[in-house]
Amino acid sequence: MWVAVSGMDDLLQEFLGETGEHLDTVDRELVRFEQDPNNREILRTIFRLVHTVKGTCGFIGLPRLEALTHAAESVIGQFRDGATVNAIAVTAVLETIDRVKEILAELGEKGQEPEGNDETLIAELRALADTAKQELARSQPPVDAATDPVAAYMARHGVVPPESAEDGLDLVFRSAPGPERRADGRIETTSLPPGAPEEAAQRDSRSGGPPTLRVNVDTIEHLMTMVSELVLTRNQLLEISRRQEDVALKAPLQRLSLITAELQDGVMKIRMQPIGNAWSKLPRIVRDLSSELGKRIELIMEGADTELDRQILDLIKDPLTHMVRNCADHAIEPPQARKAAGKAEHGTVRLAAYHEGGSVTIQISDDGRGLDLARIRRKAVQQGLAPEAEVERMSDAQASRFIFHPGFSTAEAVTAVSGRGVGMDVVKVNVDAIGGLIDVASVSGQGTTITIKIPLTLAIVSALIVASGEQRFAIPQIVVRELVRVKAGAEHRVELINGAPVLRLRERLLPIIVLGALMEGTAGAVGEGFVVVTQIGERQFGIMVDSVFHTEEIVVKPMSTKLRHIPIFSGNTILGDGAVVLIVDPNGIARLVGAAVAAGAPQGFAPAETQRLAERTTMLVFRAGPDSVKAVPLALVTRLEEVPANHFEISGGRTLLNYRGRLMPVTPVGETAIRTQGLQPLVIISEGELTMGLAVDAIVDIVDEVLDVELQAMLDQGALGSAIIRGRATEILDLAHYLPKGDPNWLSGRRGGGDATGGVLLVEPSGFLREMLVPVLKAAGLRVVPAGDIESARRNAAGDGAVLLDLDRDAQGAFALAAELRAADGGPGRQIVGLTSFVTPDLEAAATRAGLDRIMVKFDRRALLAELTEFRPGMRQAA
Amino acid sequence: MSRNATSEAMSGIVGGEAQAGFGDSLDYVTVTIGEQLLGLPISRVHDVFIATRITPVPRAPAEIVGLLNLRGKVVTAICLRKRLGRFVDLSSHCNESCELTAVGIDHAGEAYALIVDAVGEVMRLDRSSFEPTPVHLDRSWSALAAGVHRLEERLLVVLDIDAVLNIGMPAAA
Repeated sequence: MWVAVSGMDDLLQEFLGETGEHLDTVDRELVRFEQDPNNREILRTIFRLVHTVKGTCGFIGLPRLEALTHAAESVIGQFRDGATVNAIAVTAVLETIDRVKEILAELGEKGQEPEGNDETLIAELRALADTAKQELARSQPPVDAATDPVAAYMARHGVVPPESAEDGLDLVFRSAPGPERRADGRIETTSLPPGAPEEAAQRDSRSGGPPTLRVNVDTIEHLMTMVSELVLTRNQLLEISRRQEDVALKAPLQRLSLITAELQDGVMKIRMQPIGNAWSKLPRIVRDLSSELGKRIELIMEGADTELDRQILDLIKDPLTHMVRNCADHAIEPPQARKAAGKAEHGTVRLAAYHEGGSVTIQISDDGRGLDLARIRRKAVQQGLAPEAEVERMSDAQASRFIFHPGFSTAEAVTAVSGRGVGMDVVKVNVDAIGGLIDVASVSGQGTTITIKIPLTLAIVSALIVASGEQRFAIPQIVVRELVRVKAGAEHRVELINGAPVLRLRERLLPIIVLGALMEGTAGAVGEGFVVVTQIGERQFGIMVDSVFHTEEIVVKPMSTKLRHIPIFSGNTILGDGAVVLIVDPNGIARLVGAAVAAGAPQGFAPAETQRLAERTTMLVFRAGPDSVKAVPLALVTRLEEVPANHFEISGGRTLLNYRGRLMPVTPVGETAIRTQGLQPLVIISEGELTMGLAVDAIVDIVDEVLDVELQAMLDQGALGSAIIRGRATEILDLAHYLPKGDPNWLSGRRGGGDATGGVLLVEPSGFLREMLVPVLKAAGLRVVPAGDIESARRNAAGDGAVLLDLDRDAQGAFALAAELRAADGGPGRQIVGLTSFVTPDLEAAATRAGLDRIMVKFDRRALLAELTEFRPGMRQAA
Repeated sequence: MSRNATSEAMSGIVGGEAQAGFGDSLDYVTVTIGEQLLGLPISRVHDVFIATRITPVPRAPAEIVGLLNLRGKVVTAICLRKRLGRFVDLSSHCNESCELTAVGIDHAGEAYALIVDAVGEVMRLDRSSFEPTPVHLDRSWSALAAGVHRLEERLLVVLDIDAVLNIGMPAAA
């Protein structure tokens, strides 16, 4: 800043700063005024500001700016006199303000007004002013000087109305009390230069508030640094006095402590700015967008006076603008669409901010179309962010959070339809960076709300000081929910699932991350200690530490650039005893151990890994029966539970369990005998509304292996086949065999009676995938003919059933087959769907050329079934 | 953080005129790692101090010993011995009352401390005794050395401080 303006006189520098602020206000007020043309208060503000800018420009000698502002002023003057406020005129004035800003920017850089021609703009403004003037002349009888109080006032004080003021005799404005009024109430009779009353009025309104002083931001930053150091020194002194019993020291130290705290508060207050400052440009943006897009959008701003640290304000400014733009651009539907949906024609974007504890919550909500969750799910699978089955099991809230996933929004296809998403990942990164939390809630057709919770300040935070091993760490208090003392054998104890520590907390399993293990990269002993329950968004996890000391206000110092790459620390600080401690970044921990915290967290699978999913599968291995190890793909499992045996109920020969307020059928797997006492391990499988429990003897392990499944001829044995897992022959469970056992309604309840007329030819070279898909299709009531290669498919292709074609192994062969089938049918009578692990635009184009109806991701079971069942009625009619 | 002016005392070893005194002579703060004498350009050395309490940083690069508090400033401590690919005796590292000799350096607005075996005197050496780094030096050394001064009794390897602080650069690797 300093460099840019060095060599320019102070006057000009001050002019730039002040004018910039004025213009921002004008921007905002004009938009408000357009919506509320009868509000003379707003108009008065605008006129005053524009006039001040004009006056100062003339004073300093900036002819170009003066001419522009003068022209804008005359148009605004017409509004004041009652001319109709129309969008064209407001746009022209706003354009003028933009031009003025451009000139100001150059002025700031070069120290002089740039060359340029504003004739066109000025002419436009003049024309607008003239039109408005004529309109006024038509609608109003000529002013009689005798009856018009203003004219009378003017005459009385000998003011000659200037050319521009001729149309600018504003009653409200001129009759406003100004400092010209003497103490006795008489008005000064000196002849005032044109425009002086306006300036007087401005001075008046200023003198109404407390006097203010402009201070360079750097000065305040420096002051803040000093105060931070002072806080540290105070803490050190306190620490020393705690160890010494020097009474003489106690009293002054107490005072020092209080004064330091007050000073800290005071300096923080200086840095605080109303959040409205970050919003000032939004009304204009929304206005421009709505006229551009032909939408009607109302922007409501609540809590604009909520104060925030300047540094944070700067950081969230752009994300906020971005999100509001998103709302206006994508979320709010065009008026016709809104009307058709039974909503008010004008959409509303609501921005609200309020204090909550030591943080500020900002909400951006709209009453638009909401997120297209189905599409988000599909896209998440396509982009390989999570396996299909996992995405499918996610709640809507969890699925919506994919919009924050890095790169999720870059694909243009999503954003066009689902609306939100352009750069939401960037927004999240920004919010994360300041230790904030972001979440989204959306109701289809009713709108979306994004909630951001950010700390008041970054400079000084409250932190919990904990110890792990020899070392102390600070955990920001804002993310800490509670502390739980854990001890082996006690009520709260840490248990292990395949080495991964978990804690039972109020009927929920909380994943635990052992801080010491994280630090040393070795498995730490899980015995006694404290679990710091941490919440980020809706994700909860525990950080296990050895001991907890106290909460301390710490001054956050940034990590050295050499250490900034370590994700688990967000900074460091100096404690009262002079020791440097590292500040743990819970966001970083959550990301680092992402897999362990997977309780609903979108995972970062690279697309390449998705492609490999074809061979690599995560399996849940369990024991069922005395000598039988079985496995089921983990993706199909909803939950693992241990239930006391006496909770089971037997009804009509079936075992039932009251599970989460519902009766859930329980089926033993293989030779498992459902226990009559103790705890019974259950594997919970759910699909939509239906849930069932598979009783097993014991959960053994979760393995991630390349499976070489040897298929079994007899599918009815409840196994698809067997594979060697960890050196042991393991049966792969055929869920389709068990599902109807648990709930006979499973099949019929699913797809409206399960009309099994539709035959499906499944062409899938991978035996394992084929066997996984067949039960799924069968369960949906479809008759399936599996084929391992294109040749055998060709032999079985008679009939008019749908064809599912694998495109991964031999795309050309598959396309050739599709073309043959189309030719044989003589039309599009038959449904042909291509299956692939990874959809690319090229493949999609090729598939369309080959006459395929659709191309889908292999693992997207839900979409696949939807596609097949939707197509069936059409087929029947055609047949 | 504000960068303190370099007027801060350098623990009595650096004379006031040493800063500006260039020309045909070069000034170095000498330090030793094992038997080897090393020179740090005096203009880059901020101060010399004894580091007593260092907070190790888990997952940090091996050369980074940790963070220490120097008069209210957090300083990143780098082990020069390790940086030069020498063996580090763990017992010499912080136990209860260990004291490490550190050379304070400001680099790109941040404070660093180079942990050395010992700090020697300040030397003013003539340019004529300066030679480029011998070509056959070990890579971990040649990358960090700016040249060599021939002294009467021994050789002084001049360190390139920017290279030393550029952790992540191939050194011992």
